[in-house]
Amino acid sequence: MTDMLLHNGWELVVGLEVHVELATKTKLFSGSPNRFGDEPNTNIDPVTLGLPGALPVLNQHAVELAMRIGIALNCTVQASTFHRKNYFYPDMPKAYQISQYDQPLNVNGFLMLPGGVRIGVERAHLEEDTGKSTHIGGATGRIHGSEYSLIDFNRAGVPLVEIVSRPDIRTSEQARQYVTELRAILLAVGASDAKMEEGSMRVDANVSVRKPGAELGTRCEIKNVNSVRAVGRAIDYEARRQIDMIENGDRVRQETRHWDDGEGRTHTLRVKEDADDYRYFLEPDLVPLAPSAKWIQTVKDNMPPLPAARRAHLSAITGASEESEAVIVVVERGQDDYIHEVVAAGGDAGKALVFVQQAFADETAQPRVPAKDIAALTVMERDGKITSTQSKTLLAEIVANGGGDAVALAAAKGFEALDNSAAEKMVDDVIAAQPEAWAKYCAGEEKAMGALVGAIMKLSQGKADGKVVTAILQARRTA
Amino acid sequence: MASLPTTAAEIAAAVSSGSVTASEVLEQHLAAITARETDVHAFNLITTDTARQHASRIDADVAAGKPVGVLAGVPLALKDNMCTHGVETTCSSRILQGWKPPYDATVVQRLRDAGAIMVGKTNLDEFAMGSSTENSAFGPTKNPLDLSRVPGGSSGGSAAAVAAGFSAVSLGSDTGGSIRQPAALCGVVGVKPTYGLVSRYGLVAFASSLDQIGPFANTVYDAALVTEVIAGHDSMDSTSIPQPAPNLRSAVSQGVARMRIGRVTDLPGGAEPEVMQRLEDAFEVLAAAGAEIVDVTLPSIEYALTAYYLIAPAEASSNLARYDGVRYGLRAPASEVNAMYGATRAAGFGDEVKRRIMLGTYALSAGYFDAYYGKALKVRRLIADDFDRAYTQVDAILTPTSPMVAFPFGDKVEDPMAMYLCDVYTIPSNLAGHPAMSVPFGTGAHKLPVGIQIMAPALGEIPMFRVAGVLEDAARGLS
Repeated sequence: MTDMLLHNGWELVVGLEVHVELATKTKLFSGSPNRFGDEPNTNIDPVTLGLPGALPVLNQHAVELAMRIGIALNCTVQASTFHRKNYFYPDMPKAYQISQYDQPLNVNGFLMLPGGVRIGVERAHLEEDTGKSTHIGGATGRIHGSEYSLIDFNRAGVPLVEIVSRPDIRTSEQARQYVTELRAILLAVGASDAKMEEGSMRVDANVSVRKPGAELGTRCEIKNVNSVRAVGRAIDYEARRQIDMIENGDRVRQETRHWDDGEGRTHTLRVKEDADDYRYFLEPDLVPLAPSAKWIQTVKDNMPPLPAARRAHLSAITGASEESEAVIVVVERGQDDYIHEVVAAGGDAGKALVFVQQAFADETAQPRVPAKDIAALTVMERDGKITSTQSKTLLAEIVANGGGDAVALAAAKGFEALDNSAAEKMVDDVIAAQPEAWAKYCAGEEKAMGALVGAIMKLSQGKADGKVVTAILQARRTA
Repeated sequence: MASLPTTAAEIAAAVSSGSVTASEVLEQHLAAITARETDVHAFNLITTDTARQHASRIDADVAAGKPVGVLAGVPLALKDNMCTHGVETTCSSRILQGWKPPYDATVVQRLRDAGAIMVGKTNLDEFAMGSSTENSAFGPTKNPLDLSRVPGGSSGGSAAAVAAGFSAVSLGSDTGGSIRQPAALCGVVGVKPTYGLVSRYGLVAFASSLDQIGPFANTVYDAALVTEVIAGHDSMDSTSIPQPAPNLRSAVSQGVARMRIGRVTDLPGGAEPEVMQRLEDAFEVLAAAGAEIVDVTLPSIEYALTAYYLIAPAEASSNLARYDGVRYGLRAPASEVNAMYGATRAAGFGDEVKRRIMLGTYALSAGYFDAYYGKALKVRRLIADDFDRAYTQVDAILTPTSPMVAFPFGDKVEDPMAMYLCDVYTIPSNLAGHPAMSVPFGTGAHKLPVGIQIMAPALGEIPMFRVAGVLEDAARGLS
């Protein structure tokens, strides 16, 4: 598609590697708690610290969550093995990471973007996280040049799934959609809390450019991309950098680059020639991981509905588009079930969607307000018993109090909506009182409408419905 | 002092019945240590005080009529590569000098629960790499039968402790023959169980796919008794076989009538003539006892040594990478982290360990992996296939344990290849994961003991101990 091409006809090619921390109680190979934010070096044990003689034992719940991810991404779940990836770093206790190498647990899947674009998923494999280093002193925050380093091994051994997409992504917008949709899936299947800001979901982007139909260009891997917004910015920057290089007659070097969100640019972290030789070999302390067909089937049978299906369902009952922000956001927060409850309590689905999107933005779980209270409010507004402005006021109060009877609250506040004939009369009164504004509005100056509506609302003492008033004004103008 | 029982079985029976006290037995062994340890140097650490406390507790339990374990009051020595809670565990390496594990190895826990009393941690070739105990950072152990000669290795301290009467039994670890070869050279029984029969949790790893813990004892029955105590599934070791310990004690006296015993017609040469003569004697004894001697071939074992010296160093290079000076053990000061790694490891490891780390790192490196490590794994498979074929014809196979009797200090330590050849007959069982043991059977050159190796298929400990019992009976007649 030509509208996806960058300037001068360059095509962007992106593959994403996403690491997610699994929401297990304990670590991948030991019984220490997997918990973010605890005092440093409290969730440790001989296995976590790589003490001599300690041996890994695979956490079966981590395997199950990894399988859920694989199944949600349409992967084949297969017999797999663990390898050792050897390299020295102070926060790597054993000086090797246990990871899946040539036989990962999940292979050959795909993720459908909300717009229907299919992005291949090459693999989704299990591995352990490293400890977390903090380098003190020095300008860069890196180990070199620092005065000393602190290591927190609480994160060491936390289970990760690395999800590797195929290089099927062609725009930075698709990359953002991929990360957003993947995050929604991870939340839906309960595999991870997927918080990019806390590092429980980490995105690396492999970026290259080429002319359409040409061989793949040399790619750079961009690290430290810590938000959905940064995914798009980093890719856009990097694509531009590579195009400029090529158009200036230079060649792109294969390297790992660091995204600096403050500066809005990438920096060289290391070039390919400096890459470690990881000396992978089969981990002799573990046996192959071959989930039985029965186990895989049990996981499949217990899969919760995925975001795409839930968006479709919510769209069908509310009338809002599957791609509307309200539908996407409410499903991502897991509040679509609540909307179904509101509807079951007799509420208006469309209005419930709007209320929930607006009123429960801080809540990622089920809102703590009885569904019947929200249902009653949606009905009052739908039936014109109160205006949308009044309903907003009542909604805020009901949410703040954790519930409330909308009818009683409206009565206590003296809220009632004007009926249409009264509203029409007020509109005509204001048109008569403000002929200049009316003339401007008729001439197409939309700004003039604001003055007219404001005057009408004032006249009605807030009881007029702004939408109704606007509709009457428009009807008068076209008449 | 009245004559005290000497075998583990007799000691446990006498202590349990109250006819002697654990403290009396312990003092007798401590007296032997006092008399000869300065010459022999079997121990890195002697735990006199805790041993006396433990013996007193057992005596108090017996006096109070409480149940005591099957090894009640049996003095035990542990190879210093098994973790003991709060007790220094060094692997005879400067890099771990002073390190006190915060946990017990599974075997240590099981032996203590059975009432065994740890008298000390025994010397070994550094990280179990060697066949003479000359590679210890703390000086060699001497053969109690001839102080000018080596005790074998790497578990030389544990073999010498039993041979010198410092402990009734001891534990060693066997990666390529490190229990069986010193057992042969010191004239005691040594057992390498089936890989996975005894938990490796808390055994400081040398080569994880080959390491296995086993006992030294003065009698076959004692070896069976200790093996039973330490064998059986352990959920802390993923490679532990999920079944209970076999009943081995009853096998010792079952005889070999109608058993088929293999004679390897293509056995690698180089053994001393007296050693080969003892092997022939052993076949005669077994034939006379009703066994059928059957010729078998193991064509691939001529490559076993080569394959072993790629696989074991490869795994060691990874297992020993954790000794980086960051979290425990030696740290050599340096200005930045990579220099600190280098300085620490240069100062902390001896020559043989460094040699194997370099060998193993090379064998796993990109571009060399297939030609070295990959090919060695194929040889390992071929050797296992050879054994599988042979074990369709026979129940056990007899070979010498060591090509030579105990050799003088300095004889081979400057020539790694000559030293590596000490393990030519023992390595194949490790590569196959099969059980094998050495039983003293007469003498060779210089009237020094010769050990006969009995090999059996995976979990073939029962036929192996049947053969051992018959050879032991016959050997008593020889002396």
